[in-house]
Amino acid sequence: MWSQDGEGMIISVASGKGGTGKTLVATSLALSLKGRVKVQLLDCDVEEPNAHLFLRPVITQIEPVCISVPTVDMKTCNYCGKCAEVCVYHAIAVVPKHVLTFLELCHGCGACSYLCPEKAIAEEGREIGIVESGHSDGMNFAHGKLNVGEAMAPPVIRKVKEFANNDGAVIIDVPPGTSCPVVESVKDSDFCVLVTEPTPFGLNDLVLAVETVRQLKIPCGVLVNRAGVGDGKVEEYCQKEGIPILLTIPLDTEIARLYSRGITLVAGIPTWKDDFTRLFEKIGDIVHERAGGPKR
Amino acid sequence: MKELVVLSGKGGTGKTSIVASFAALAQSKVLADCDVDAADLQLVLQPNMRVNHEFWSGQVAVIDEEKCTQCGLCQDLCRFGAINDFRVDPVSCEGCGFCFHICPDEAIIMKENMSGHWFVSDTKYGSLVHARLGIAQENSGKLVALVRQQARGIAEGDRLDYIISDGPPGIGCPVISSLSGADLALLVTEPTQSGIHDLERVLDVCRHFGIPALVCINKYDINEDNSREIEDYCLGQGLAVVAKIPFDNVFTEAIVNGVPVVEHGQDRVTKEIESLWHRISQALR
Repeated sequence: MWSQDGEGMIISVASGKGGTGKTLVATSLALSLKGRVKVQLLDCDVEEPNAHLFLRPVITQIEPVCISVPTVDMKTCNYCGKCAEVCVYHAIAVVPKHVLTFLELCHGCGACSYLCPEKAIAEEGREIGIVESGHSDGMNFAHGKLNVGEAMAPPVIRKVKEFANNDGAVIIDVPPGTSCPVVESVKDSDFCVLVTEPTPFGLNDLVLAVETVRQLKIPCGVLVNRAGVGDGKVEEYCQKEGIPILLTIPLDTEIARLYSRGITLVAGIPTWKDDFTRLFEKIGDIVHERAGGPKR
Repeated sequence: MKELVVLSGKGGTGKTSIVASFAALAQSKVLADCDVDAADLQLVLQPNMRVNHEFWSGQVAVIDEEKCTQCGLCQDLCRFGAINDFRVDPVSCEGCGFCFHICPDEAIIMKENMSGHWFVSDTKYGSLVHARLGIAQENSGKLVALVRQQARGIAEGDRLDYIISDGPPGIGCPVISSLSGADLALLVTEPTQSGIHDLERVLDVCRHFGIPALVCINKYDINEDNSREIEDYCLGQGLAVVAKIPFDNVFTEAIVNGVPVVEHGQDRVTKEIESLWHRISQALR
């Protein structure tokens, strides 16, 4: 549970719409906390991880992420067809005198091997991605990379999250969207920062993201990036829904230029560090209050 | 009939603005929004919905409390950590049915799952097939496949020349589902370190599935060094950069006004996107 110095607090940074600034926020928030609390950044956007481009971590460990897929012992198999009957993913098929497996469809549920009456099915690991972990300037870092051509991101995300420290603040960079990879990344967070931009696209996808985190019963707040473009409807929506706007970052060519070069906002313009520290404090207050504790 | 899919790897590079512009520029086409997680194309095409269908896909396990003897076998065997305290968390459940098969008390039933909606709409630019995946649902790849299949049906029925798809960000399940079997991918990138990194990954996915690709650099003038790096990279990969679109707030203004950017009147941007569409239609011949 969260304590006053941020110990054990997990903050995820999500958005619905891609390209609103999740990585910019996650990296700058993590860097602003460094030296104040033990901090760790987990990049769960395993399809397109980008945080490492800004933090340039030293990778000390690389682990494969495997899912357990069936291998059939054809000497023991009697072609009864039970495995194909129980596999809802159509990853295994029994034809006369042969069993075909389509391993890229297998979710690794284990039903076929457990339920095989002849015990003819063993399991072996099939690599679908990797998790790299290490450190960046005193901060713990881990990210996942889904192998090209693989469809299933959630097992890689689960593996990244196994690296979460429970004795510091954990910042999670979440993939865009609202479906299973987002849910897998965000669930078990104490708080979710939703990054948006004040445009109809930003608002449309923010509404979806809010519905997602509400379904997961995770408190959230909004960070408006590129303020000054577009319209005022994001603010109107937040007010109507009672969602706090925690921080506003203006549309600024200097910020865009730093981002394009892979430089974090707080490294490029150090005065932003105070803003991110205050963002963290506001989040701490909300989480603490929700847990029934008094405001600091 | 030819199918173009617009992808980017990284989100927010301008896929939807470019697809909406193609909607205004291309003759004889059907539009498909394959970003079923966070569909935005309808915000600029002002659709009139003609068809609204539920999307049922997969199942979720439910435990009948009256029959359950709390033996715990399902909890021990579930690989997805979806069963705790003799209850199934529908968000974590992947619908594999393992628990249903092994429960000694037959206390688990598998329920069909309504995981979204799909629509066919009329727009002033032609038909749009789009969808909305339910919140926190799986099976986005199957819904994308359905959207494409419906778009193809319309294109065949009406003898249209093009299917133009707005793809999702990333490289995983819904991207693979948007891409497989398409005739051409347009990869929209931006001159940032993230944009370059993500372009390389999504290009690898195109190659993996044998889909030819062209590249468009959007907002090329926010970092011209990076734009040159992208051009050099593409040259090295034998990949054509078919457009360099300048950064202009007209993109955002067009979205706010709910119109494709080429109809919002900014010569420099409009001309570049017109030339982009011309080169794509040539490549699709």
